[in-house]
Amino acid sequence: MIAVLLILIPVLGGLISLFLKEAGTARSWALLSSVVTFAVALSGIFIYDHLNELSFNAEWVTSLGSNFSLSMDGMGKILCLLTTFSFPVVFAATYKNNYRQPGSFYGLMLLMQAGLTGVFLATDGLLFYFFWELALIPAYFLCSIWGGEKRIAVTFKFFIYTFIGSVLMLAGILYLYFQTPGHTFSLQSWYHLNLPANSQNVLFWLFFIAFAIKMPVFPFHTWQPDTYEQAPTGVTMILSGVMVKMGIFAVIRWLVPVFPLATAHFANVVITLSVIGMIYASLLAIRQDDIKRLVAYSSIAHIGLMCAAIFTQNKIGLEGVIIQMFNHGINVIGLWIVADTIEKQLGTRKFSELGGLAQKAPVLAVLFMVMALANIALPLTNSFVGEFLMFNGLFQYNVWIAGIAGLSIILAAVYTLNMMQKIFYGDTVAATVHAQETSKNVQWVLAILVILVIALGIYPQPMINLVKDTVNAVLPNL
Amino acid sequence: MSETFVKILLGFIVLWPFAGFVLNGLGWHGNSKKAIARYACYMVLSSFVASVVIFFAIKSHGAYTVTYFNFLDTGSLKISFSFQADQLSSLFLLIITGVGFLIHVYSAAYMHEEEPKHYARYFAYLNLFIFFMLLLVLGANYVIMFFGWEGVGLCSYLLIGYWFKNNEYNYAARKAFIMNRIGDLGFLLGIFWLISKLATVDYATVFAQAQSLSNFDVTMITLLFFVGAMGKSAQIPLYTWLPDAMAGPTPVSALIHAATMVTAGIYMIARSNVLYSMSEVTMNIVAIVGLVTALFAATIALKQNDIKKVLAYSTVSQLGYMFLGLGVGAYTGAVFHVMTHAFFKALLFLAAGSVIHAMHHEQDIRKMGGLKKYLPITHITFLLGCLAIAGIPPFSGFFSKDEILAAAYAKNPLYWGLGVAGAAMTAFYMFRLYATTFLGSFRGTHDQEHHLKESPSAMTIPLIILALLSVLGGFLGIPEVFAHDSHLLKTFLSPVIATGAGEHLEHGTEYMLMGISVAIAALAVIFAISKYKKTPELGEPAGFGKILSNKWYIDELYDTVIVKPLNVLAGFLKNIIEKSGIDGLVNGVGRLVNYSSRQLRLLQSGQTGSYILFMVLAMIVIIFLWIDDHFIYKFISGLF
Amino acid sequence: MPIEYYIFLSLALFSIGIVGVLTRRNAIVVFMCIELMLNAVNLLLVAFSKMYYAMAVVNNSATTFGTDGQLFVFFIMVVAAAEVSVGLAIIVMMYRNTHSVDINFLNRLKN
Repeated sequence: MIAVLLILIPVLGGLISLFLKEAGTARSWALLSSVVTFAVALSGIFIYDHLNELSFNAEWVTSLGSNFSLSMDGMGKILCLLTTFSFPVVFAATYKNNYRQPGSFYGLMLLMQAGLTGVFLATDGLLFYFFWELALIPAYFLCSIWGGEKRIAVTFKFFIYTFIGSVLMLAGILYLYFQTPGHTFSLQSWYHLNLPANSQNVLFWLFFIAFAIKMPVFPFHTWQPDTYEQAPTGVTMILSGVMVKMGIFAVIRWLVPVFPLATAHFANVVITLSVIGMIYASLLAIRQDDIKRLVAYSSIAHIGLMCAAIFTQNKIGLEGVIIQMFNHGINVIGLWIVADTIEKQLGTRKFSELGGLAQKAPVLAVLFMVMALANIALPLTNSFVGEFLMFNGLFQYNVWIAGIAGLSIILAAVYTLNMMQKIFYGDTVAATVHAQETSKNVQWVLAILVILVIALGIYPQPMINLVKDTVNAVLPNL
Repeated sequence: MSETFVKILLGFIVLWPFAGFVLNGLGWHGNSKKAIARYACYMVLSSFVASVVIFFAIKSHGAYTVTYFNFLDTGSLKISFSFQADQLSSLFLLIITGVGFLIHVYSAAYMHEEEPKHYARYFAYLNLFIFFMLLLVLGANYVIMFFGWEGVGLCSYLLIGYWFKNNEYNYAARKAFIMNRIGDLGFLLGIFWLISKLATVDYATVFAQAQSLSNFDVTMITLLFFVGAMGKSAQIPLYTWLPDAMAGPTPVSALIHAATMVTAGIYMIARSNVLYSMSEVTMNIVAIVGLVTALFAATIALKQNDIKKVLAYSTVSQLGYMFLGLGVGAYTGAVFHVMTHAFFKALLFLAAGSVIHAMHHEQDIRKMGGLKKYLPITHITFLLGCLAIAGIPPFSGFFSKDEILAAAYAKNPLYWGLGVAGAAMTAFYMFRLYATTFLGSFRGTHDQEHHLKESPSAMTIPLIILALLSVLGGFLGIPEVFAHDSHLLKTFLSPVIATGAGEHLEHGTEYMLMGISVAIAALAVIFAISKYKKTPELGEPAGFGKILSNKWYIDELYDTVIVKPLNVLAGFLKNIIEKSGIDGLVNGVGRLVNYSSRQLRLLQSGQTGSYILFMVLAMIVIIFLWIDDHFIYKFISGLF
Repeated sequence: MPIEYYIFLSLALFSIGIVGVLTRRNAIVVFMCIELMLNAVNLLLVAFSKMYYAMAVVNNSATTFGTDGQLFVFFIMVVAAAEVSVGLAIIVMMYRNTHSVDINFLNRLKN
């Protein structure tokens, strides 16, 4: 029941919001709806925590053998928490932003939430695909209607990229469907398929390219900085905080266990690509002059690490990946909130036009500092735990690869501190001389994130306990 | 003392400074500078008092290990958040909280010109530093140590860049953090190596199982750890951040960049002495890196004119001695030198701070001189510090340095020779500094001379206490030759640091070595004073001196060899590969589709006739295909 | 008469229709050629219908086998009639707009 509610509330909320005209009503409605969803998610995970509540099964497209089946395992719980937590955070942090046609904006956002939650819960191939697209299509509209100057071209690129992925994946899903005895889309039956190695090798790439585009993994990443730069910041937060996790999630649930032979076979290729991507994106991040693009490249580097760690097929590494999905989500949302505040208040995102903001906005500086430190995985912040486990996994796989990937730790410090220094330190410049402290709602939201960052950094064990069942299901024989 | 009590007390030792950080950081004390400083100082004082209690508990009872909670438990890997209070860590506890407290008191006066909110920020950072440093030395496993390890790096970054309006300082801060990060990566990889072999990071288990490691594994683990130590303790090649770190306030230099943080590397190796002793290769590398650093930094210090820079290079050099000590197996000697160095180097920095304070932020010694009569207390304490570092008996530096040099001689007489040469340079540049600053006649502006006066008592009292410690600290480790079983430190540390066999020299040899090194140092002192008392170096150096005063151009070398190529590479990736390569490819596909559709569009001419023609042709094709699947094949083969 | 005769006649009519459609520019002529093709098909349908009926009725005098072909012919005639009325109306409109019934002028519609 909880599982259904998590999808149903945003869908209904979104549909109603589409008809709201008043900006104030629409944003309060969206906030209310997302907070209710979050409350439901919390109650589902901490109070009604047994299988009946967290899974759901109904007939859907019986003629095709597809069921509307949802189930929430440990990884699902973490990602549902992330999704349901991110939306109220984003709505609260951008509460003061004005949008044209606010009803439609918030409506589409909520529909996207439903799609994302569905992706994380679905255990039926067709349903998964359905939600995957449901998440993508509102994002497309949100970027193309409310984005920046170059929004049409950029959104087009984003759409084509993700759509190519989707089509490949659909082909793969259909193939699997016809391979299963009795023609079914059920995930469990796919786990027991035991396909021959050569067909696994082909199918692996059909799925992997779709997921790699979403994550994104080098060299499928070029849509991301452009999209993040052009999309309205609220949407960017969701895209980078939650939507890229779809790719990683899908690799863990729909790729590795379904094609174990191909995973082992191509692990080297994927890990190499990911590690190249980490270093490559980190180097690019050093040279960026735009906050949003810097965060985008930094995100690519972090995602690269997660992707590499999955393919080491090491339990510790995989645990790191799953908790890092959550951690990276809240960290990157925090960074976007600051980027948005700066852009809204000062009208620029260029480092060369910023400086000395710490004198004018000390609270923002402190809060940003913590988020930045989390971005470089300092101990006692949440990302340290994830990255520690992931690097450990990578190290067990291959010492040299871990060493090379480790360089990204150093590079991360370079670009993050650069960003910190160029925005907040130094003397004030023309753009910042009349800057003011950021608004209270942003401060509160960031403060909540900061507390979460530190709390999860000091005591990560509950999250690790949560992911154990998933890890054992995905890598059973290790 | 019961385990629970120790557990609570250790928790408080760590949490008090943290509470100071939180409350001052949140602006709890508003605008009252007095309250801010008092609060911060009391927090550290409380920790110090508790540390004394712990010290005596350990002395009578032995080591304690207490666990608070499970930090991580993934089934195969378990890392608990636990503290280990043993002889080694309690010694460091005392140094950190004791010297830390004195420096807090000193800072309260030194920083009094700051605005209240920055004053609060300063003390918040300082308290946070103490917190992380305590975490570093108290942790019962390498991961907790790593917490503190990176945490002190962060605080060092924050405090170097404390005056964040100045971008020079910000660059120095960033450099320090990044160089430390390079070391941290090594440390981290070492931890992973340990995990992959032993599946644990707890000191107790690791040391117990160390014998099961292969020689290669031990060597790699210890070398990777040593990379971490190189970064944190400013050894070649990762030392260049430390002199730049002098951009921070002077008490910070005293606390972080002289007394405590930079000795973390020595702590780590002394802590892992079981592992290090197993690998001959690593030991040699540690000794050589330490020795080279000691000499190299000493040469640079000979020609520096910034009072803090001289002290900074001297710190690098002294750290080199400590690594030399570790490398030749004199772990106790190294720890002993950490302790005495903490006393006299903190003293020297604080006295330098007192000079800078009196001179209104002038740091160039060429513009000082003759300060002896204006700053009597500072002068005396500084002189004592100089004597201690120069290794003149019976000051503390003599004992600790002698212990290291004696061990070095036992290992390889060449090490000893070079070490003595370095010690001579140390004595020389320290007394060059002393003579140029305090002796001779005043060379500053008239205005400065008018305002010269001794610093307030909040600054001089810590100086006096540290001076006493610098004078007397050496008696904790009187060498075997003077009196039997009088090396209190060695006896105290013996449960954690196994004393190697066969290190003892003949008494006669030891007396001789001692005599030679003291004589050389004394000569250097006399030479320096006589040379610089009347005629200090005021001009720009030429020839070899120029190379030295430009620090062997190492910064420039790193800039050309690493920083610039990296920037060029990043620019190349950004502008060529990303824009024209990958994105070009993607856009090229798009453009191809666009182009071909524009060509195909021409078919839609609007000419009804052509449409019909296409239709008919298509129908003919379809019909033929439908009639027979192999029609085309047959048709073509029929042609031939 | 053998069925081939009908087939050849129908083929000839159909081909004339196609060639007419492809080569002529006058809309009315094109239209007539389309009718020609339709009628060629009609002819074929009727011929085959008769043939199959004749073959079936030998075995069973009550059979209606094959007669549905003729039904189709009626359908086609009806559709053709409807088409003529619509088509001619279009041609008339076309003439009013362009003062010509040349189909090559039809591409002006796209502007």
